[in-house]
Amino acid sequence: MDIISHLGIGFAAALSPMNLFYCFIGVFFGTVIGVLPGLGPVATIAMLLPVTFTLPAVSALIMLAGIYYGAQYGGSTTAILINLPGEPSSVVTTLDGHQMARQGRAGTALATAALSSFLAGTATTLLIALFAPPLAEVALKFGPAEYFSLMVLGLVGSVVLAHGSLLKAVGMIVLGLLLGLVGTDVETGVYRFTFGVIDLADGIQFVAVAMGVFGLNEIVTNLETETVRTLVARRVTGLMPTRKDLMAMLPAALRGTAVGSALGILPGGGAMLSSFASYTLEKRVSRSPHRFGKGAIEGVAGPEAANNAGAQMSFIPMLTLGIPSNPVMALMIGGLIIQGIQPGPTVVTEQPVLFWGIVCSMWIGNLMLLVLNLPLIGLWVRLLTVPYHMLYPAILVFTAIGVFSVSNSTFDVYLMALFGILGYVFHKLDCEPAPLLLGFILGPMMEESLRRALLFSHGSPLVLVTRPISAAMLVLAALLFLTVLNTAMRKTREEVFTEET
Amino acid sequence: MKGARISNPKDFGAGLLFVFFGGGFVVIARGYQFGSAMHMGPGYFPTVLGALLVLIGLATAARGLVREGEPIGKPALRLLALITLATVLFGVLVPRTGMIVAGTVNALVGAMASSYFRLRWAVPLALGLAISAALIFVAGLGLPLPVFQNPF
Repeated sequence: MDIISHLGIGFAAALSPMNLFYCFIGVFFGTVIGVLPGLGPVATIAMLLPVTFTLPAVSALIMLAGIYYGAQYGGSTTAILINLPGEPSSVVTTLDGHQMARQGRAGTALATAALSSFLAGTATTLLIALFAPPLAEVALKFGPAEYFSLMVLGLVGSVVLAHGSLLKAVGMIVLGLLLGLVGTDVETGVYRFTFGVIDLADGIQFVAVAMGVFGLNEIVTNLETETVRTLVARRVTGLMPTRKDLMAMLPAALRGTAVGSALGILPGGGAMLSSFASYTLEKRVSRSPHRFGKGAIEGVAGPEAANNAGAQMSFIPMLTLGIPSNPVMALMIGGLIIQGIQPGPTVVTEQPVLFWGIVCSMWIGNLMLLVLNLPLIGLWVRLLTVPYHMLYPAILVFTAIGVFSVSNSTFDVYLMALFGILGYVFHKLDCEPAPLLLGFILGPMMEESLRRALLFSHGSPLVLVTRPISAAMLVLAALLFLTVLNTAMRKTREEVFTEET
Repeated sequence: MKGARISNPKDFGAGLLFVFFGGGFVVIARGYQFGSAMHMGPGYFPTVLGALLVLIGLATAARGLVREGEPIGKPALRLLALITLATVLFGVLVPRTGMIVAGTVNALVGAMASSYFRLRWAVPLALGLAISAALIFVAGLGLPLPVFQNPF
């Protein structure tokens, strides 16, 4: 069977001492930032991106991937122990996980989160191995028209993820697309929107944008609400769930995995959406929904499985189509491009070691996370006592050095400062930065595919709807758009959520 | 303006911002060849997108006048200024003094933004961070960054 030989290549790559090391570094950092509230995977990956330039592409991607799914594990620890989501995707874990901790079952809650995540991680690793290659096969047949429509679909999907106003999210996408166009036009060599600044000839440095709107902006907004955290359980005991606990969590974790896998692969999907959807589902299927919010183990198992599954499945569109479904994937694409690899369907066949190495490393990484999270839980609890005012200067220094080191340019440092201010303005106006970042990555790609599509069709935009696959994607995008519009008219998703809990 | 009240300042502000950016891109793109649909010039895509952003901005701003919404929260200007200053100072210092000095200043100025700021812990922390960053990036990863530089 093909898949066995593929997995063989992958494990051979992932098990090399060097890649094991970077996998460990990735999941370790992932756990750390997951545990620390106020430091998210986007800022961390942006910070570590320059570090990866000196590494081979496989090791770099293995490490960056580990940060993302590792953060899903770590985020639950904070949610359970101090009722504060370490990651946005662990928001729902605070509901029941923290209640369990208050009832003296912190150990069980943590074990449930870790075991469910591991289950989901194992299942999705297999799913990626099964479904990514055929998808890439299909995508190989895509022409520029299909790609353009696919990107439209991806961007519309990202609106689903952004909470709040639909109109503002679309605005942020378009602004991102425009910012992505700054620099030399590939077709004609004209410098666009550079204001005569030679540093902008290669475009706006992606890392500077990401670190500005996410990293610096997060620091300012966190400091605005500087609070003291209280730990519920200083010593965590009773990690092993009982048989009864296991019986309750297993079906929930399986359902969570299914939800996360389905939503993670969608454009705009990923960890956060998956965990919310899973919690709602668990409440629906439960025979005793009144226990939710009061320490129901299913309320921890489902969402924790779902956020890990969602995080891992979002690698499928990134690896097979070269389309980012969330800002983390946008950063990965940025990382690949800097490595000289053009993400797209050819990666699977032309870079088998890279592709299968990443897939297999995910399973190994999940295994490492299980070890990191259960026996070493005491270490993470200690980490939680590090106050934010000691932490953020470290973030500042590492972002500054990180962005500078990309091309030894102080201009990029100033650019990052500028985007930090801009990010804060957006924050104050309730504009989500995630769609901006996706637009930024896709801007030049969209222009290129539209250009080529229209060239082949002699300038007729009808080509986008006469080619069946392209048309199907545009219809899907329109449907998605209408669905969101409909929900937006009723109420924002957060209101839906609070009402249900 | 007396009497006129903006019911949703966040939407209104975001709308104005979109109009400003969209308009800016359209105006600048006028200087580039537009081309035709078949041969899109460098000005084609930015003009179309910029115009779209202006429309979105107008719609958002208009909605801000109709719908009810929360006021824009008071901006934490001191925090924003300190974090920005810390970053800019790093940029100014790093080619002149190297990353140890630049990193220390960066962390120290940034730390001042916290209400818990005390020189007692901030100075050793900043210095420690800069040194460990130098160890990680230069000694560990071998990136060609200036560690120490004589400013004179």
